[in-house]
Amino acid sequence: MLDQQRDYVLRTVEERGVRLIRLWFTDVLGNLKSFAISPAELENALEDGMTFDGSSIDGFSRVQESDVLAIPDPNTFVTLPWADAKAPEARIFCDIHNLDGTPFDGDPRQVLRRNLQQARSHGFDFLIAPDIEFFYFAPPEAGQPPRVLDEASFFDLTTTDVTGSLRKETIRTLETLSIPVEYSFHEDAPSQHEIDLRHTDALTMADSVMTFRLVVKEVAAAQGVHATFMPKPLEGVQGSGMHLHMSLFDNDGNAFYDGGDPYNLSPVAKHFMAGLLHHAGEITAVTNQTVNSYKRLVPGFEAPVHVSWARNNRSGLIRVPIPKRANPLATRVEYRSPDPACNPYLAFSVILAAGLRGIEQKYELPPEADANLFEMGDDALEKLGIDQLPQSLSDALEVMEESSLVHEALGEHIFEWFVRNKRSEWRGYKTQVTPFELNRYLRSL
Amino acid sequence: MSSDLIAVFPEPPPPDLARTLDLAGYRWKAFSSADDLSKAGIAESWIGAIVCGDVDLEAAWSFARVLRKKESVIVPLLLLVTGAQLDELTLRDELFDDFCLQPFHPRELEARLRHLFSYSTAAPRSELVDYEDLVLNLETYQASVDGRPLDLTYMEYELLKFLVQNPGKVFTRELLLSRVWGYDYYGGARTVDVHIRRLRAKLGEEHANLIQTVRSVGYRFGQSPRWSA
Repeated sequence: MLDQQRDYVLRTVEERGVRLIRLWFTDVLGNLKSFAISPAELENALEDGMTFDGSSIDGFSRVQESDVLAIPDPNTFVTLPWADAKAPEARIFCDIHNLDGTPFDGDPRQVLRRNLQQARSHGFDFLIAPDIEFFYFAPPEAGQPPRVLDEASFFDLTTTDVTGSLRKETIRTLETLSIPVEYSFHEDAPSQHEIDLRHTDALTMADSVMTFRLVVKEVAAAQGVHATFMPKPLEGVQGSGMHLHMSLFDNDGNAFYDGGDPYNLSPVAKHFMAGLLHHAGEITAVTNQTVNSYKRLVPGFEAPVHVSWARNNRSGLIRVPIPKRANPLATRVEYRSPDPACNPYLAFSVILAAGLRGIEQKYELPPEADANLFEMGDDALEKLGIDQLPQSLSDALEVMEESSLVHEALGEHIFEWFVRNKRSEWRGYKTQVTPFELNRYLRSL
Repeated sequence: MSSDLIAVFPEPPPPDLARTLDLAGYRWKAFSSADDLSKAGIAESWIGAIVCGDVDLEAAWSFARVLRKKESVIVPLLLLVTGAQLDELTLRDELFDDFCLQPFHPRELEARLRHLFSYSTAAPRSELVDYEDLVLNLETYQASVDGRPLDLTYMEYELLKFLVQNPGKVFTRELLLSRVWGYDYYGGARTVDVHIRRLRAKLGEEHANLIQTVRSVGYRFGQSPRWSA
């Protein structure tokens, strides 16, 4: 199989006259990294991998063993639609290995592979469909607040024309790159958009999210627009989330479906949800990894604050959408806290680990919280036994540091580096004197 | 002048093989080595070959290699091996077209020969497969529709190839998984739906309906040649 895949890649490069092959991988924070090789080097790269110095990559560095090996995954080979037609380019995602051929602990893609293997040992395949929100702004200027397109007067076309054509072009490009789009629409906030991807296996989806962020930004930049996945770029309007619709499939089909249950949810689904709820606090630093992420997780903007679940209550952390025509294949749970600035490989890993833990230990699912939680007082919530998600990056890190589940899911290397890096991000933030403080205190104190 | 002779290795062949061929009405000639076959010099007129590996498997492989070197004609080659030799077949697929376990059942051997020869008398398999405006070049792995090249991933290509080669047949997701993916995939039967969706998008609106969803069964590509004629 692998030989045929390699042969397919080599032959296609030759037939299509591909001039440059971009090898893609992801650092620990979820930034896409790339280096390019020529067709002449490709065969060797597919066979033996390409060595590079890992110490230049965030989270890869270990001084004593800095060289690592990038081995392209031929299944991800695809030609890039935005390259010059006269000099076609292609990309392949890579798995990073140590020089002895073992998986490299600092590679998020390998971490997700390991967690998916864990699911597989239980007989499950993990499927995900994300709804990704983002904003289009005028190109940012240093020190200036973001300008929504409605107010950016230099656009000749009306906002609807610009963003409509941007979205259409984005979707066309995504489809060319084997990323099917389910829906797309203008969101509530000015200049905010949402594109929903069609479900696929978690590894392909993590690759797709990386590709998606690049495509949205590139297509926008080509028209002088800045696209951003910053979780909460504007005060007072809703932020950008990445809701994840998830299900587990086994040999008999959707393991989340049970037609005999009033919610159509199987015991597997309920244990999975219970696992997510139980460990939600521990995994939040990974699903919401920036200081800014926690400006989104506040009441009143359709983002979850409380650790609860419900069928049609969008204030809960987990929503159970009612599938069209009661389709068993479409039974799924929606996890609503992650934002699109996360590292998808790591976020999918910790979410899966939490759900699997629930299945292994048969956690019991708490009752549905169908009241609007935003309107309830703290006392009432406490009576219901409903916790809140961590309130800041610092809070989230504190819970994560105590979590053996996250430690296991990420592995020692990434766990330790992630906490260290994010602690330092928090320290950098804490020393800032913000406009809020100046406005409130400067004159009165 | 074409011949209807089957080349047999070794000389003399096992008595039950000679008897089965005679009873089935095949004409055959046996050789004791690959050299003898080359010397006979008429290899291109064999309609097929039966090679017994039970006594000397190495000699059998050399005999098969000589036949395979004759590039001008496809000679279907049936290999006879013992159960203990099955592991030896691995990675030698190019040296034989089919095999039969020794001791063989005469009716099974006949059926296999009939099947092999029906294959070889059909038109030679082409490198190009097409359906309406869709063309696949199996040699170069390139697919195009209306002359426009399709940018496909490996699995998209493999799925499309399988469908185009079997027009009009309805396949379940499970069958497509086992024939196209084998065991090396993530995502279970849903993987098939995802790839079908991706293929339809790449075929373009005009051609997307080449792949039809057959409700609660699976998928069908185009129509069988019988109906479109």
